[in-house]
Amino acid sequence: MRWGVLLAALVALPFLAGEYYINLTSQIFIFAIFAASINLLLGYGGLPTLGHSAYMGLAAYISALAALKLGWPHWAAAPAALLGTVLVAGAFGLIALRATGLGFLMLTLALSQVLWGTAYRWVSMTDGDNGLRGLSRPFQIDGATPFYFFALAVTVFSLWMMARYVGSPLGAALKGTRDQARRMSALGHDVWLIRWVTFVYAAFWGAVSGLLFVYYHKYIHPISLSLQSSAEGLLAVIAGGSGTLAGPLVGAAIVMLLKNWASAYIERWNMLLGFVFVFIVVFMPEGVVPGVKRLWLRFRSRA
Amino acid sequence: MRIANLTHGALFMLGAYLGVSILKRVPDLWLAAALAGAAVAVFGFFLERFILRKLGGNVLGQVLVTLGVSFIIADLCLIVWGGDPIPIPTPGWLQQPLRLFGLVFPAYRLAVVVIAVIAAVGLYVLIERTRLGAMIRAGVDDMDMARAVGIPVSRLFTTVFCLGAALAGAGGVIGGPIMSAYPGLDADMLPLALIVVILGGVGSLLGAFVGAFITGFVYTFGVALLPDLAYVILFLPMILVIAFRPRGLFGKFAA
Amino acid sequence: MAALQIKSLKKAFGGLPAINGVSLEVAPGERRLIIGPNGAGKTTLFNLVTGDLRADSGSISLFDSEITKFSTHRRVHRGLARTYQIITLFPHDTLEHNIALSLLGLSRLRWDFFSSFEGNSLYADATEILKLVGLEHLAARPLAEVSYGEKRRVEIAMALAQKPKVLLLDEPLAGLSREERGTVKALIASIPRDVTVVMIEHDMDTALDMAERITVLHYGSVIVEGTRSEVVADPKTKEVYLGH
Repeated sequence: MRWGVLLAALVALPFLAGEYYINLTSQIFIFAIFAASINLLLGYGGLPTLGHSAYMGLAAYISALAALKLGWPHWAAAPAALLGTVLVAGAFGLIALRATGLGFLMLTLALSQVLWGTAYRWVSMTDGDNGLRGLSRPFQIDGATPFYFFALAVTVFSLWMMARYVGSPLGAALKGTRDQARRMSALGHDVWLIRWVTFVYAAFWGAVSGLLFVYYHKYIHPISLSLQSSAEGLLAVIAGGSGTLAGPLVGAAIVMLLKNWASAYIERWNMLLGFVFVFIVVFMPEGVVPGVKRLWLRFRSRA
Repeated sequence: MRIANLTHGALFMLGAYLGVSILKRVPDLWLAAALAGAAVAVFGFFLERFILRKLGGNVLGQVLVTLGVSFIIADLCLIVWGGDPIPIPTPGWLQQPLRLFGLVFPAYRLAVVVIAVIAAVGLYVLIERTRLGAMIRAGVDDMDMARAVGIPVSRLFTTVFCLGAALAGAGGVIGGPIMSAYPGLDADMLPLALIVVILGGVGSLLGAFVGAFITGFVYTFGVALLPDLAYVILFLPMILVIAFRPRGLFGKFAA
Repeated sequence: MAALQIKSLKKAFGGLPAINGVSLEVAPGERRLIIGPNGAGKTTLFNLVTGDLRADSGSISLFDSEITKFSTHRRVHRGLARTYQIITLFPHDTLEHNIALSLLGLSRLRWDFFSSFEGNSLYADATEILKLVGLEHLAARPLAEVSYGEKRRVEIAMALAQKPKVLLLDEPLAGLSREERGTVKALIASIPRDVTVVMIEHDMDTALDMAERITVLHYGSVIVEGTRSEVVADPKTKEVYLGH
């Protein structure tokens, strides 16, 4: 019921709000997919990843390079970007999943740094610090409103697919490996494979967000592959509350709004991001969504 | 110590910048390094004592907090010292190239190597051969048991953390003549630290030393041959080692 | 053909030999009890059989096919199941969800990433399994809310759900009241004969009448093995237990 109301509100938005808000909401959509894909690993899989921007950025770069260097149209570039990213994610997963917990985190970070550094240094391919520009959107949805509806449709589909994954038998098994990995092995589940499949699936949706990203901005820069970018996604999940479906969405909205508001008043987004991290971990470790739920239940029981 | 600490690169950079300012008053590089190291150690003290200690065992929390602190430090440095790279001058007596065995070496870089070896050996002796080191290792292996035997684990951990911060800060100054102080130095140093620890193995000083050696060698030669793929080459040894040995070369356990 | 065959199994932790060349054979359908004082290596032995630990040397076979190098989940697919001394189930999930996860481990459904898990066919099967242990009335209750004795029965139900050929029970009676112990003992006695049962128990008195053959472990080695009366009469058994 709540989802229906939200969807109706989102569909109505472009008719009620100005272009700035339409664009802002489009950006929130893109970031929500990214955050939700991180949450598959972190919240449902118990695998903290600090390198997810790799997949978002890689898909964006492949799409951009396919268009600029090979002249491919979007219907060819998009699948190529998704496939390429998934293959790289499969390989990265093989390496990162040699460890769990802290080791896994460091490996995901290291692997994404490889892509980031390569994007910077391989100037002949990526034009390094200049980024790639002059890109186009598919279906020529250059206006704010047409792009908004495109993004909304992709977002609804992506989130729905991720929700189905989480509610499926494989999703139940994934949650089991998060809670009691050894027990799951003893029950016959192939814990490593469950994690690896989830890793690739999460990377796929990260790639989808990357495509939307590069379509929206018509530009891609190595910073989208950076640690900072992964950290922003992680912050969205933590702020919203991991392990819930709505958490990353709320978190994405919070982080995106904060970023937009902050950049108007404060030059140093990074420092603010840093303070927010410290604040959240120390004061609201379970995230905003569970925290609010807790307060709401307490309020209702009093009334 | 099994703390997920992503601040280390930023501490290195902070040391470098502090060194720049200290050098304006105190022209001796080594003294500046010591002072910068001490200042960064103080910062590390507050970080460990008041924030990290509360997050024992919460890996994700430690990661986020140290990441956040590194962002804060990076932006603070940007505000205080500006966005342009600031070179740190090489000490006069080490500016001449050295002739050894018919080959020419930049003297300062040799000096850095010597210092690194001394530091590594010193750390090794401290951790493996002294009573203090034994207490630290006991605290890492089994915190509750060590406490039960009367070892002040929390105080020791804080000390070790400060020592690490001091080394990072001093390292930033010592590395100054080679690297300068610039925004983004922390982002350049952090992956190196990560690689060395993962490659060498968590909990092993020898691993860190060997890991640094291998990484340095492979990187320097690789970059000369394939400069575009510098970053891939940097991480390649680590990736290869992990693929075959999840605990790294000398690690005590898989990270 | 032995249901479970262990040959010269060795495992050391650092310098400490935990299992010191243990060999034993359990016949199909047998009820075997492994006893020994604390630290004898009983749970370590179980961990080696299930694959939670890798042996330094020696071999483990299930119905004549060697499983020494297999990963844990692969051994489960060969018919091995186990309960744990410390309850490691999923406390926030309902009993039927817990059992359904156990059923899922061996089901083809486990790679389905699209259809809904809650309330699917496995849940109906889970209720049937819960009937076997007399807990079907608590199926929809979260595990954290049931009593310790009931949790122990869920442990056994989890293992039975795997339709095992060889079932390892690690101290199934630990921490139970006398009444609960009676229920669980009856439950174990009712396990069909096509399942071979190997049990670890610390409390000799309660466990003795559940076993056909007994293996006594001490400091990682087998010191006595035989039928109930043989083991009870053997002077080494008394030494091991009375000496402590």
